[in-house]
Amino acid sequence: METFWFIVVALVLAVYIVLDGFDFGTGIIYLFVARTEEERRLTLNAIGPVWNGNEVWLITAGGLLFFAFPKAYASGFSGFYLALILVLWLLMLRGLAIELRNHLDHPLWRPIWDVTFSISSLLLAVVFGATIGNLVRGVPLNAEGYFITPFWTTFLPGPEPGILDLYTVSTGILGATVLGIHGAYYIAMKTEGDLHQRAHRFAKVGGWVLIPIILLNLFFLKNVQPILSANYSAYPIGYTIPLAAAVALGLMLYFCQKGRDQAAFLASCIFILAGIGITAWGYYPNLLISTTDQSYNLTIYNSAASAYGLQVGLIWFGIGFPLALAYTIFVYRSFWGKVTPASLHESH
Amino acid sequence: MEAALLYDRLQFAFTITFHYLFPQLTMGLALLIVYFKTRAFWTGDSHFNDAARFWIKIFTLSFAFGVVTGIPMEFQFGTNWAKFSELTGGVIGQTLAMEGLLAFFLESSFLGVLLFGEKKLGQRVHWLASVMLFLGSWLSGYFIMATNAWMQHPVAYRIAEDGSFHLTSLWGLLTNSWLLWQYAHNMTAAAATGSFVMAGVGAFYLLSNQHTEYAKTFLRTGVTVAALASLLLLYPTGHGNAKQVFEHQPITGAAFEGLFKTERGAGLVLIGQPNMDTLTIDNPLTIPWGLSLLVYDELWAEVKGLDAFPRDQWPDNIPLLYYAYHIMAGLGTIFLGIMIPAWLLLWRGKLFKTQLVLWAILLITPFPYIATTAGWMTAELGRQPWLVYGLLRTSEGISPLVHSGNVLFTLIGFVGMYFLLGILFLFLFSETVNHGPASRQTPTDRPVEKLPS
Repeated sequence: METFWFIVVALVLAVYIVLDGFDFGTGIIYLFVARTEEERRLTLNAIGPVWNGNEVWLITAGGLLFFAFPKAYASGFSGFYLALILVLWLLMLRGLAIELRNHLDHPLWRPIWDVTFSISSLLLAVVFGATIGNLVRGVPLNAEGYFITPFWTTFLPGPEPGILDLYTVSTGILGATVLGIHGAYYIAMKTEGDLHQRAHRFAKVGGWVLIPIILLNLFFLKNVQPILSANYSAYPIGYTIPLAAAVALGLMLYFCQKGRDQAAFLASCIFILAGIGITAWGYYPNLLISTTDQSYNLTIYNSAASAYGLQVGLIWFGIGFPLALAYTIFVYRSFWGKVTPASLHESH
Repeated sequence: MEAALLYDRLQFAFTITFHYLFPQLTMGLALLIVYFKTRAFWTGDSHFNDAARFWIKIFTLSFAFGVVTGIPMEFQFGTNWAKFSELTGGVIGQTLAMEGLLAFFLESSFLGVLLFGEKKLGQRVHWLASVMLFLGSWLSGYFIMATNAWMQHPVAYRIAEDGSFHLTSLWGLLTNSWLLWQYAHNMTAAAATGSFVMAGVGAFYLLSNQHTEYAKTFLRTGVTVAALASLLLLYPTGHGNAKQVFEHQPITGAAFEGLFKTERGAGLVLIGQPNMDTLTIDNPLTIPWGLSLLVYDELWAEVKGLDAFPRDQWPDNIPLLYYAYHIMAGLGTIFLGIMIPAWLLLWRGKLFKTQLVLWAILLITPFPYIATTAGWMTAELGRQPWLVYGLLRTSEGISPLVHSGNVLFTLIGFVGMYFLLGILFLFLFSETVNHGPASRQTPTDRPVEKLPS
């Protein structure tokens, strides 16, 4: 039962990163590819009907973690106290930027929100990358299963690490690059003309930048957290996940060269899913790894809610999850296709 | 630790109070938008579609602020109240996860359809989206109330050796007897906020002689719902809530009323200031026997005062609790005093010409927000000194390693951020109201597809 909920939390989080990932990516490339007022409104309309729903996947991932593994939720959220509150503020500013930008037609109003949208998206993408880096590297859990980390200590991974060190900064950059490209594919897929051209070019160049960053991360990973490889040695079937990621990456670059944006975007989705899958496979059954003593690790067994709670959760999960998927698919189908200048006049 | 506890409490109180200004309007408006969309759908009258479109704009604005201020609420359970989350997550994690999965997806998906899909997907889907949005937002309210009701009146749990709470019946959690009155009272209050704002905007338009056709529609719908909601707030929902507080939290009930000593035939204090040195009410204005009658339906019934309970179980801020309760109840009475006459005038066809009442409707607009906030303060301060009533103290729930300096920093940040948000909301709200419902043009460069009828 614990394993089931581990998979669910990881899956919902992965879907969140794929979906809100292209919103963030859209924000990252926004100021570069969308130059005119019309292009900016087209870009925002491309994510307009869906970004809020995408963010619900994050809320739900948090809710599911709270429900299934309250101890890990409590420890993780309080341990990253300042960083998480800063994330909240960024999420707030970003949401406001998207929603409020078009409320007022004034030459000073829109640029403020455009820049807010872009910078907060970039920072959030870096932060989410760095968060995964922190989880992989581990945190200084004490015997009660709690910790608190400062933003930085020596900038080196070790028993008393900060949130930002050499490794987590590199995962942060990886996060921003992956999502930037992801967003570029999305915008290329959803638009036409100059906007499409620029997004496409951005994705093309980004693809080549991505490869050295991935290699750098792989090099760090081997040294930072050796226990991640244990599950792969025990169950070599897990190696299919990094293989899938590599294939998806190759396809991404190939389709991008061929100008098949939709296929490239799909490959990018699979690449991100597989990326989370690689981490989850190595991480299981841990939820938080300790840098001080492996026996302090929070696992799905010592953090879980009661057996009854986990079982009865299947009832509402069995109803709610298919519904959530159905709504998501319905909305994406409803707004499928390119956003065109003509469509600007139809929205509310 | 003392300082950290204070800042943790202030931050949660501040952020949730500010957050709830927005959902109370959106939940109330969701109901009224369904009404407009249904009228438009059945009669084909585009007037109601235009009215709906205007309120969807206000709804969206409030919803956006509700979403961005809502995300911090879920995070803060973990960041600031880690020990509470660790111990109670086995129970309230259920309702909070259900809210995300069953309510938030519904809301956010169909808001997108409501905003972007009217042309593309047609009127039938647009009407359906309004219904789904209403369902989603009221369902979300239900799960939050179920969470709060469990903290007020814990049911369906067992306590493990390590002190953590474990659920024994999901059905029991969702049908907590406390929940019925609390949910009914809270949702009626949301309907009140929505309808008061709608009536207030109608009164504003009519008094300033603009958009008069819409003004009349807003007043008709707003006043009718507001009068009904004001009645229901007092009886049975308010009354039912007070009764269950006296039954399950008699200390809280005594503090509501400022009843320091146990009395037979206790009076109902209307006005007066609690004096915590002498443990009396200064300058009291009292209805004799009122409290005994209200709670036990008997003139000479004994009502337990605070002196009947050990002091370490008293709510820790009795004067504030007392004022919150009295402000809520007092405003509720004033709402009736305005909306019932307004509704009678509407019924007799004289409301639109009665300037005095229109002015009253305009000026009362912000007060449902104050009454609702005071109501929540009543519930939450009344639960003190407990997080889970009678079982887990507030001081035992905070994050063990997050020190006061960190929390003060984020508290100041939230105050600054929300100050900005508040200004933005009021500014954009007044922009939208000024712009009015009649024109199909938004402030941007959109052409008018067809002239409004």
